[in-house]
Amino acid sequence: MTDQVGANEAAAAQVCSFLQRRREQIAQRWADASLFRTVFTLSREEAVEACKAVVDALADVALSGRPEDIAAPAFGTVRDQLGRMAASRARAGFTPAQISEEVAALRAPVVELLRGEFTDSSEATAQEGVLALTVLMGSLRLVVMETALSAGEELIARQRLQLLEVATPVIKLWEGIVAVPLIGTLDSARSQVVMESLLEAIVAQRAQYAILDITGVPTVDSLVAQHLMKTVAAARLMGAECIVSGIRPAIAQTIVHLGIDLGTILTRAGLADALAYALAQQGIEVSAHRMARASTR
Amino acid sequence: MPASRDVTAARVAIGSDTDLAWVRQQVRQAAAGLGFSLVQQTKLITAASELARNTLIHGGGGYMEITPCPQGTAPGLRLSFVDSGPGIRNVEQAMADGYTSGGGLGLGLSGAKRLVHEFLLDTCPGRGTTVTITAWATVVPSARPEAT
Ligand SMILES: Nc1ncnc2c1ncn2[C@@H]1O[C@H](COP(=O)(O)OP(=O)(O)OP(=O)(O)O)[C@@H](O)[C@H]1O
Ligand SMILES: [Mg+2]
Repeated sequence: MTDQVGANEAAAAQVCSFLQRRREQIAQRWADASLFRTVFTLSREEAVEACKAVVDALADVALSGRPEDIAAPAFGTVRDQLGRMAASRARAGFTPAQISEEVAALRAPVVELLRGEFTDSSEATAQEGVLALTVLMGSLRLVVMETALSAGEELIARQRLQLLEVATPVIKLWEGIVAVPLIGTLDSARSQVVMESLLEAIVAQRAQYAILDITGVPTVDSLVAQHLMKTVAAARLMGAECIVSGIRPAIAQTIVHLGIDLGTILTRAGLADALAYALAQQGIEVSAHRMARASTR
Repeated sequence: MPASRDVTAARVAIGSDTDLAWVRQQVRQAAAGLGFSLVQQTKLITAASELARNTLIHGGGGYMEITPCPQGTAPGLRLSFVDSGPGIRNVEQAMADGYTSGGGLGLGLSGAKRLVHEFLLDTCPGRGTTVTITAWATVVPSARPEAT
């Protein structure tokens, strides 16, 4: 058992010294591999430098004696670079499986170099070295995939957040009148954002009327209705009257069957009707001419 | 007359908020494909949204099974919401308007029942809950130029 551990450590040390000694040749070979060649298209020097950074990191991981450790600190130095490379391949339309294949393709040239160092590649030290190197290259592949995937998740989360904000603009329709045209699914996260931006706008604009237009909301179930009611209640506390507009006929029928009582909420058929109501409440008389101007503001 | 699209039985996992949106999407597609009117679609989708959320929140997740279910010439759609969560101890209470064990409006179960033609609640405390709803499209016969 301890013999095995000793052998593993010896193999790792052997791989480490091999990577350090043959750094230049390995980098030259990798620079021709599709992964590096297609990412660093501007200059070969750049590709070779990037390859050397990866060789150095791998040598450090080998030095730690645990080539299978994808959490090794030494990978940290190239994680960023590998992530950017994977992202660049993904942007070029490559699937994760294809990117993984490209990383795997880096193994053959370096294993070939290591084998070449032994006159008899069937001897035990040669086999153990190749095995350790193969494990190390497998770790590299996992690190690249892990980095690529977490970058993807981050991107999706960031886009989702941006979408939330973009999709809930609070518009000032008139002095003292703000409106939010809601579009899409009104889930809990969404309605939280809506409520916050609406309340902020009510304060900032000193609005007395807030219009929630749900023309673009496909489904109004009990949770959506509850969110609407809470938003209306909060707006009231801020001293603004809320008007819900854009309840389509199919949705009106469904709400009634569902048993939701929107009786305490002021509703109007369309956004224009809601605006006309709010204007009238402020003593502004609305003629057809005036409304046409208001809607182009 | 729009050709009704092929609607086949399918199973949709319910494990997250995004899955709820997917459930609604699938029901909308199936109902529209079978020729449900806009009001009928909206009712069924809303009922599905309620039951899927119960499966997720109260049942701890599960799945929806969607099966076409024609009756005579009327196309129909049957949806089952299945979980193996805590089950419902007092069905009568749960079905009552306004009863909620959480912070809801307590209209999910009773409201869904009013939105569809058939409603079946099968639950066993400690074993799970299955709610099956069915709705049939009332297809308005297209006017024939010469009725015989
Ligand atoms: N799948 C389920 N598993 C376990 N308990 C359930 C399940 N579905 C409903 N219940 C119980 O029945 C109660 C009533 O459900 P219902 O959907 O009518 O209201 P709610 O979910 O509490 O609120 P909401 O109006 O937002 O739907 C729930 O509060 C819950 O205790
Ligand atoms: Mg519910």
